[in-house]
Amino acid sequence: MSDTICIINGSVYDPANNIAGEIRTLYVRDGRMVDAVSEPARTLDAQGMVIMPGGVDIHCHIAGPKVNLARKLQPEDHRRDPHPGTIFTRSGSGGVVPSTFATGYRYATLGYTTAMEAAVTPIGARHTLEELHDTPIIDKGFYILLGNNIYLQQLLKEGRKEEFHHAVGWWINSTKSFTTKLVNPGGDEPWKGRRNSNVSDLDEKNEVFGITPREIISAFIDVADAYGFPHPPHVHCNNLGHSGNVRTTLETMKTAGDRRLHLAHIQFHSYSGEPGQNPGSAARDIIDYVNAHPNITCDVGQVMFGKSTIMTADAPLAYMLRGIKKAKWINADTECESGCGILPFSYQEKIYVHALQWAIGLELFLMSQDPWRVILSTDHPNGGSFQSYPKLIRLLMDREFRRQEIAKVNKRAIGKTVLPDLDREYNLNEIAIITRAGPARALGLTNKGHLGAGADADITVYDENPDRELMFSAPRYVIKSGNLIIDNHEFCADFSGRTLHIAPAYDESIVPSVRTFFESYYSIEFDNYAVDDSYLHEHEVIPLSRAAT
Amino acid sequence: MSNNLRVVENATCTFCGCVCDDMILTVDDTEKRIVKAKNACVLGRAWFAEHTIEDAPAAMISGKPASVDDAVAEAARILVEARFPIIYGLSDTTCEAQRQAVAITDMVRGNIDTTTSVCHGPSGLAFQGIGESTMTLGEVKNRADLVVYWGGNPAESHPRHFTRYTVTPKGMFMPNGKKDRTVVLVDVRRTPSAPVANIFVQLKPGKDFELLWALRARVKGREIKADIEEITGVSLAVIDDLVQRMKTCRYGVLFFGMGLTMTRGRHFNSGALLALATDLNEFTHFVAKPVRGHGNVTGADNVVSWQTGYPFGVNFSRGYPRFNPGEFTTVDTLSRGDADAAMIIASDPASNFPKAAIAHLRRIPVITLDTKPTLTSSLARVAFRTSTYGINTGGTVYRMDDVPITLRKAFDSPFPDDETILRALKEKVQELLRSRMPRGAKSAFELPLSA
Repeated sequence: MSDTICIINGSVYDPANNIAGEIRTLYVRDGRMVDAVSEPARTLDAQGMVIMPGGVDIHCHIAGPKVNLARKLQPEDHRRDPHPGTIFTRSGSGGVVPSTFATGYRYATLGYTTAMEAAVTPIGARHTLEELHDTPIIDKGFYILLGNNIYLQQLLKEGRKEEFHHAVGWWINSTKSFTTKLVNPGGDEPWKGRRNSNVSDLDEKNEVFGITPREIISAFIDVADAYGFPHPPHVHCNNLGHSGNVRTTLETMKTAGDRRLHLAHIQFHSYSGEPGQNPGSAARDIIDYVNAHPNITCDVGQVMFGKSTIMTADAPLAYMLRGIKKAKWINADTECESGCGILPFSYQEKIYVHALQWAIGLELFLMSQDPWRVILSTDHPNGGSFQSYPKLIRLLMDREFRRQEIAKVNKRAIGKTVLPDLDREYNLNEIAIITRAGPARALGLTNKGHLGAGADADITVYDENPDRELMFSAPRYVIKSGNLIIDNHEFCADFSGRTLHIAPAYDESIVPSVRTFFESYYSIEFDNYAVDDSYLHEHEVIPLSRAAT
Repeated sequence: MSNNLRVVENATCTFCGCVCDDMILTVDDTEKRIVKAKNACVLGRAWFAEHTIEDAPAAMISGKPASVDDAVAEAARILVEARFPIIYGLSDTTCEAQRQAVAITDMVRGNIDTTTSVCHGPSGLAFQGIGESTMTLGEVKNRADLVVYWGGNPAESHPRHFTRYTVTPKGMFMPNGKKDRTVVLVDVRRTPSAPVANIFVQLKPGKDFELLWALRARVKGREIKADIEEITGVSLAVIDDLVQRMKTCRYGVLFFGMGLTMTRGRHFNSGALLALATDLNEFTHFVAKPVRGHGNVTGADNVVSWQTGYPFGVNFSRGYPRFNPGEFTTVDTLSRGDADAAMIIASDPASNFPKAAIAHLRRIPVITLDTKPTLTSSLARVAFRTSTYGINTGGTVYRMDDVPITLRKAFDSPFPDDETILRALKEKVQELLRSRMPRGAKSAFELPLSA
């Protein structure tokens, strides 16, 4: 049951509709934005306030098997940040990897109303959907890890392109996912099968399957293109975190040609230097390429100082990071599908590499010429918690604050960057783009990220405040699907949110072949693998841009 | 057997943590029972055969038959009026029911704990300290050329573990099944699992930690004292042979059971084993996995973790979850006499808890949900008879390796399932709490702790 609401006197930032700070009246009915409501049940006076669409997180890790392992791993982190319940809301635990309820409420508390879990093993899809159902307020979806899928690699090796296409369609349908995710494509087999080694070059042939990371990436781009997925393959490039990985990142983008591709947490892939040596900044090379190629979207994966948790399907990377402190570490292999590594981490101002990573992220933001395609993220919780977004926004909007922060960090690292010379300050309209309109467009969510008639009534109302961190930390009102959730800074209702997924058509003739593979190499029955609709609850199928083939 | 037979394929056995999902059940719809369970092991066959429908009331209050509605109302009253209600069990029910149980605990600011605290709880603690290199069971089938079992006897406790997942199956890189693998069993006695092993290592009782630490030292190339054999019962030669095998295998796995976790040393033992697996990754790919017992104890760990941040032993008395094993684990809340009401879901602590804990359970109002009468239900104020998961009800369970599986119902039961009862109870609790709220109260924080 949603209300009719009218919001008056607020300064509206709705970049998708070319509205930048104009006083407009907004109307909500039946969960949608409408042109008028005759007698609104509730009128909110937003005098002196800033109104934006609800935030959209294009890349975060909030639900599923690896997230839950990371939760279980860190009682010490929850202990210092309890999340009390209210009469309307459940209690939970905070910290860098909050419990599901705390995750939903805390996103809402920042004015975010949609978040996409960025890496789920297909066999863990059912688990992820159960957790997302317990993640309140926000709409959500997840990307399915297929870049190291053994069956799919076998099809590629045998050149069975047509079957590959349909098998990807089958896998997305069987998991109710939103798009494909590739993580360190081709790197799992050497990790699991060759004593914890890895691939290091886009054109290095896998010993077992005889295909290269580039062939895998290219094949997934083809499939997404042919289907017209709302969001293209979401790629975590090879060589994440390694000095000199800029070459791999540029080559990955070139592999796409002029077809759509999303690069995840691109900051972690923008390093110059030689492997094994200290990295330098290659932000200029990366952002120049992104600026010049409108087919590319990326999220930054900004590093924020303080506690984080590394959680990634890139198991060799996590093992490398584990080597620094040799503290607690998780490796979790998923049969035929993926690897995974998890460890607690912290970024420190005085450490050269951490300060460099922080500065490169800011360089990318500040040198971006198209905010629609360079999207705000911290790769939560890898670069830092989503709860640090307000501080990141302040770093982008407030040059003076940025200078003070630069002064606190490793000087040698800053010296390798052009960050001190970048005077740019983001304005509210650009912030609305990199946190709302841009990610919604990159995801192909036409009803999100804007406030035009017909859009989902996901609205955030912030008190105008020169301290942008404070401002973006505590919206006065949050409306989700037309329901007032936060009223005068306090939760006044709970809401379950929807699951967003796609449903590409596929040729049923692929199924017997997948079944045969399952019967040989999986440990669960094929007929028990696909996730049924009962796990979706409230959901929305996002249409493809091309008709079914 | 009647002629009214029906076959359910790909059904799942929830008896143990193997959660085998390849059952072919023949159901007699007239007699309301499973007459054949193809692919099931000896334990699974008994599980399916014994869960017939008995003529019994769905609910009892103080030993007398009652309507489910009255029982729900009485249970809600008990939970809301208690100052320290505890909820325990959960490992033999669905995740859907577990989610409702945590919700109720959150509302009444109670204490929730699962049977993990009396089985692999120490492994959970070790995990928090060390982490874990681990895998799904299919990886073992496809890749593991060295399989080590430590302190467990799967031949009797998890009869299909060897044949379905770890020893005999042929896998992608293990085309000859058992011939491609070396199987090692480490235990204090020669169990029925020993014949499966290529190498049996018998160690002295209570010396697991010492042997594990010696292995860690040798893996790292350190010298150890010659008296290691005297201490552990295992010679240096055997230790070195094992170390050599572990360092040179392609994909090694260490499975461990309660022989490790519930003997002297507990989480130190589990921790030493997890650390050994971690260390071995400097040389090759190595993983470890506790062999979990109950059908959905892994689901309970997962659900309690995602809802609260902690896997078991969680207390909500301050309005948010706190974790303290030893304080908020059920043996302790009972033995100390803290709990003033208990809801036991799909578990029978009265049959296996320490004497002091059972004595306290007899003193306080108890609510039970179980498929059969148990010692615990016999002392309950409110006892619900519920349908059996995986036989009469669907839902989700997690295998010991965190792989979630959807259950298929074989036949209907006249008894409601756990989730249905707990949902009704949650709504009743919510209603009572609302009615008890002082006028103008804004948050659950301002609720009185008791009536």
